Amino acid sequence: MSLFNSKNKEALNNPLWKDNPVVIQVLGICSALAVTSQLEPAIVMGLSVTAITAFSNVIISLLRKTIPSRIRIIVQLVVVATLVTIVSQILKAFAYDVSVQLSVYVGLIITNCILMGRLEAFAMMNGPWESFLDGIGNGLGYAWILVVVAFFRELLGNGTLLGFQVIPDCAYEAGYMNNGMMTMPAMALIIVGCVIWAHRGISKDE
Amino acid sequence: MAKKYICKMCGQTFEADSKPDKCPICSADSSLIEEVGKEGSEASEASAEKKSRKLNTNGNAYTIIYAAVMVIIVAFLLAGVSILLKSRQEANVEIDRQSQVLASLRLRGLEKDSVTAVYTRVVEEGHLQGSELPLFTCHLDTATVKYVVPVKGRGLWGGLWGYVAVNADGQGVYGAYFSHESETAGLGALIAETKFQELFNDKQLFADSASTRIALTAVKSGKVENPAFEVDGITGATLTTNGVADMVKDGLQPYAEFFRSLKDVKE
Repeated sequence: MSLFNSKNKEALNNPLWKDNPVVIQVLGICSALAVTSQLEPAIVMGLSVTAITAFSNVIISLLRKTIPSRIRIIVQLVVVATLVTIVSQILKAFAYDVSVQLSVYVGLIITNCILMGRLEAFAMMNGPWESFLDGIGNGLGYAWILVVVAFFRELLGNGTLLGFQVIPDCAYEAGYMNNGMMTMPAMALIIVGCVIWAHRGISKDE
Repeated sequence: MAKKYICKMCGQTFEADSKPDKCPICSADSSLIEEVGKEGSEASEASAEKKSRKLNTNGNAYTIIYAAVMVIIVAFLLAGVSILLKSRQEANVEIDRQSQVLASLRLRGLEKDSVTAVYTRVVEEGHLQGSELPLFTCHLDTATVKYVVPVKGRGLWGGLWGYVAVNADGQGVYGAYFSHESETAGLGALIAETKFQELFNDKQLFADSASTRIALTAVKSGKVENPAFEVDGITGATLTTNGVADMVKDGLQPYAEFFRSLKDVKE
């Protein structure tokens, strides 16, 4: 079996567009609202979720035949919680500013519905390599939505991107104002709604 | 005629006319579904039973042992990571604290590596004479002395803290730094922005030269009556602004006499 046969490619590609966890399955919305007021935390959050989904998928997939079915959800939770704790410790040690900004939301990855969903629906009945690809695919599918939302929120809310000012001073002098609403969580919901709308418009499968 | 199938994933049996693509109970892949009663499957069932006798993953003993082993492994793993990274994390927290103190001295945006060097050169940690209250004496250069006072307070949702730097004469504010645990993003959280903190620069601590009560305060946005010691608050974040005002007043009050005495010495 080749490493990238059509089934594996599907596991990786489907969650990016056709079966996106955020815009199709509408999972992981809570954190999408919380960390998207600026680009940097959104990117870090996306990558953290990708890494954690991929590796917890692999671990659960390796263990899947030994896990007692009665406590399988608990086992999944323990694996995810352990990985999340390790990631948050590493962030604190090597990217302190980011960890301050993400603060509680790293801990909230544990409760991210995408993770539990993938573990229960995919990793429990597929091999480690497929599960790894599935985790990467779903994590990235989540990450790019976050980045899109954060792009608009930071640009319109603060006039910056990744902390650099992109809207020139002369625009402010001419009367342009940052939209403070954009920094509120409610606007994230509205932008996610717009992304879902655009996505449904482009892919006419439904 | 309906045939009987068994799903290896969930162990349920069900009837269907032909082998389904998915298990109707747990929707496992068709490769995990086998017909019951066929010769081949019976043989595999027998071997599966043999295997499950060896390792019954649903037994009570197995479940308990599994959980116990899992917990022990995880405990050691987490403890190991924590010990390994602790010194680095504590160093980060310390650098963060130092850069906050320096921010109150208008030394902002320093590179992370240079923070500690600057801090040890500039700041001398100490206490207010005759008490436990922390007071940092800072030498920006050989001639300029500033005093930094750490302050703590309550915001709308959680704690606030900050550092206020006072001029050598004990009358004017040199700079201030504030941060918060969980103020509203875009409103109360703006107290952590340089733009708000710089409003405190060059304000007076006292309303007049005789008073020993700290007058420095932040007021509701647009209600500044006395710009010498009142700072314009944040629009839409009056409660956080009040929190900052109380924090600054209560935090500096115990030092009021000391700051007064500095003035007297000068004169």
